Amino acid sequence: MNTPEGLFYTKDHEWARVEGKKAYIGITDHAQSALGDITFIDPPKKGQQLKQGGFCATVESVKAASDVYSPFSGVVLDVNRELSGHPELVNRSPYDKGYIFEMELSDEKEKAGLMDAAGYAKYIEGLAE
Amino acid sequence: MDDQEQLQKTPLYASHLSLNAKMAPFGGWIMPIQYEGILAEHAHTRGAVSLFDICHMGEFMFEGDAVASGLDRIVTQKISSMPLSSCRYGFMLNRRGGVIDDLIVYRIKERSWMLVVNAATIAGDEANILANLRGEYKFDNVSSRLGKLDLQGPRSGEVITKVFGPGPADLGYYRFGEFTLWGQRCIISCSGYTGELGYEIYISNDYVVKLWNLLLSEPDVKPAGLGCRDTLRLEMGYPLYGHDLDTAHSPVSAGLDKFVDFSKDFIGKGALLEEQKNGPKERLVYFKAGSRRSPRNGFGIFAAGARVGTVTSGSFSPSLSAGIGMGYVSSSGCRLGTAADVGQDKPEIPVTFVRKPFYSKT
Repeated sequence: MNTPEGLFYTKDHEWARVEGKKAYIGITDHAQSALGDITFIDPPKKGQQLKQGGFCATVESVKAASDVYSPFSGVVLDVNRELSGHPELVNRSPYDKGYIFEMELSDEKEKAGLMDAAGYAKYIEGLAE
Repeated sequence: MDDQEQLQKTPLYASHLSLNAKMAPFGGWIMPIQYEGILAEHAHTRGAVSLFDICHMGEFMFEGDAVASGLDRIVTQKISSMPLSSCRYGFMLNRRGGVIDDLIVYRIKERSWMLVVNAATIAGDEANILANLRGEYKFDNVSSRLGKLDLQGPRSGEVITKVFGPGPADLGYYRFGEFTLWGQRCIISCSGYTGELGYEIYISNDYVVKLWNLLLSEPDVKPAGLGCRDTLRLEMGYPLYGHDLDTAHSPVSAGLDKFVDFSKDFIGKGALLEEQKNGPKERLVYFKAGSRRSPRNGFGIFAAGARVGTVTSGSFSPSLSAGIGMGYVSSSGCRLGTAADVGQDKPEIPVTFVRKPFYSKT
């Protein structure tokens, strides 16, 4: 599984790429692989207030729907509009073209509650056992 | 993984693992859900030809007089009048008219039939049949010895001809023949669960792996899992036993009366006639979402905000790029063309009631 350096990861298999006070949010390669072909994404609304660990989006695959939880607290700046017509981008490019939304962080200290790439790689290895 | 150890494996288990299939439990078996991906396998079946491991399904061989033994009463098809080498789809019912299983009957000879049943219902079906047979007959549950591969897709005719010679491709729909491969007797029917031209091949378990490899060596053929088998059958509006059919619903309720022969006697007939007269309490309906959101098994169906039924099958339709589903409703307001909603506990996904099949070639 691909777990790029420099991102923050959650136990629920979301990632966040932090750029200053802003972060891009998506689901991990492990998550997209487990879900299979993704067919629909219900992103949060622009301007919506999110809490760290709170529900923020739904990702549907052919087989099932699963909830996405926000890695950080903050406000939604915009969503990835490409995904409404091309949800398969989450499968093809989970860390780049398949990001789900961008947000402004309200508390950068929340990073402490997240994993780095090495920590997440170890975490998913543990899940496989 | 104790659960997985108790699950049954088909002769192709190792083949699936070597193809990196995602495996999951289905009907007491550990089966391949997908190899490359459900959408790719779905598209390949609609556009070329796919190979499915269906060894989990059950087969019963019967020899005797269908009417005198009572077999003709156990199923809703009139099997005593079937032409030789034909297949007929129908049901096994309980006395209340509930569906114990849906099955396809093959008439092999004047006095011999093969019954093809669902994997999860093999033991229950066998018990029901044996409890209702009488007099002289031979019944053999060959499920654990007979393998089954489904070859499905518009190019399946060319592939079956290459492997078995010119015979199978001449079969009409729902007709079968007996063919020989490696000295083994095989039954091949022109039928399937995808809506495409296709063949269901029955061969001894000992030769399943060899046949699987031979068919997969054809450049057009790719393996396909139960994931796309489900999206393919759902696009056709074909019911899946345990979801869209069960002992709580009858073929009348499911709108499948045409697979019931009312000209003969059968178990459950009284209940079905009564239900036809009074109208069923629930009806199986088909609906399409106005978006890519998928109805899911167990979701509620809501008309004018009130819950009127339950989704029994739902998925994203790759051919329609929209959510589709079927389910039972109690309301007579759920007519073709009318709007409703489905959702886990509340109306969430707007849908419209439509006619099946959801997908057609033209």
